Amino acid sequence: MSRKKLATVWLDGCSGCHMSFLDMDERLIELVGKAELVYSPLVDNKEFPPDVDVTLVEGAVSSEEDLHKIRAIRARTKCLVSLGDCSVTANVPGMRNPFPVIAVYDRAYRETATLDPGVPNEVVPRLLPHARPVHEVVAVDVFVPGCPPSADVIYEAVTALLEGRHPELSAMTRFGA
Amino acid sequence: MTQSGDVKTLKIDGRDLSARADETILDIARENGISIPTMCELEGLSSPGACRLCLVEVKGSNKLLPACITRAEEGMEVTTNSERLVNYRRMIVELLFTERNHVCSVCVSNGNCELQALGQQVGLTHVHFPYRFPKEEVDASQDRFIADHNRCILCTRCVRVCDEIEGAHTWDVMGRGIESHVVTDLHDAWGDSASCTSCGKCVQVCPTGALSEKGRSVAEMHKRRQFLPYLTMMREGHE
Repeated sequence: MSRKKLATVWLDGCSGCHMSFLDMDERLIELVGKAELVYSPLVDNKEFPPDVDVTLVEGAVSSEEDLHKIRAIRARTKCLVSLGDCSVTANVPGMRNPFPVIAVYDRAYRETATLDPGVPNEVVPRLLPHARPVHEVVAVDVFVPGCPPSADVIYEAVTALLEGRHPELSAMTRFGA
Repeated sequence: MTQSGDVKTLKIDGRDLSARADETILDIARENGISIPTMCELEGLSSPGACRLCLVEVKGSNKLLPACITRAEEGMEVTTNSERLVNYRRMIVELLFTERNHVCSVCVSNGNCELQALGQQVGLTHVHFPYRFPKEEVDASQDRFIADHNRCILCTRCVRVCDEIEGAHTWDVMGRGIESHVVTDLHDAWGDSASCTSCGKCVQVCPTGALSEKGRSVAEMHKRRQFLPYLTMMREGHE
């Protein structure tokens, strides 16, 4: 049986969901038998490949780069999974949303900067007006709430999807879990 | 003893049940182990029928009725769990999540929150409506307590417990519709309130992390509301 293509993406989040993914420990070896990790912060691949079966998205859509990435990823993914509260609800990255972007920039790059205060105009992608849940931007197939979702929840979600089942997660996890 | 004329017989979810005339559909459902979700309702306080989570279908009525304030009537046929009701309840919970800024992961009440638990109970994995992300105030002027309006769902339990049990009526609701907020006194800072007795009853009945004790960090706020049915019972002179 040919292995499925699995990818993980890190948008505006703390990487805690990826840490929880790694917490699957020895079960990762079993997963590698079922799926090839074709794109992820955990592997060295710069281009998101086509025809990916399952993509786990950590983080809210907060910057122009996030928006560009998630649209391309959606187009190249069969089953897109919102992994964790940041991608499902905007969570902590969304706490800036009641403030205008200029106030966020001022706090981060002027008021609290000691060296060369000023908003960077290269390398750092521009912020969107709001950090948004992924499903407000592109269609999402499966939602895995939790901050972070536990390794058990991620394992259940990924194994179900690789076997072509829809995972039943609402009893296992919740917002803020 | 209750006279026979005061006993009503009705059906809930196809079960034949009997009730006293002063009982609500919610009372009867609870006595018989039928689960109806609630939020603004709290035993020991009056029910405003405001949150609409306990809506039920009553045969012959084209309106959905709140179980917490609808009295039993002879021959009533009540449905508590139709597909339509389940859908509406989930929508109500989703709207509660989008109206203010509920960030469970960094909330004092994480793991002990009635809204969070209700979300899980109705099988919520995400919200279909766009989040509003309003700018809301945090009032930390009181010596012992904090009011974080980001986490308030306007259930008005604080307003009712302060008025009906403590007798201070420090809390009330200001504004209309989406602009509604709970306020202390005439929209003064809580710490400046002349009427507040600092009893903390409002904090203990608050279902979310909107009202909390100072010094509590994430997931450290456990509400203690055992006092409420006890106080009510003693005041009504029951044994």
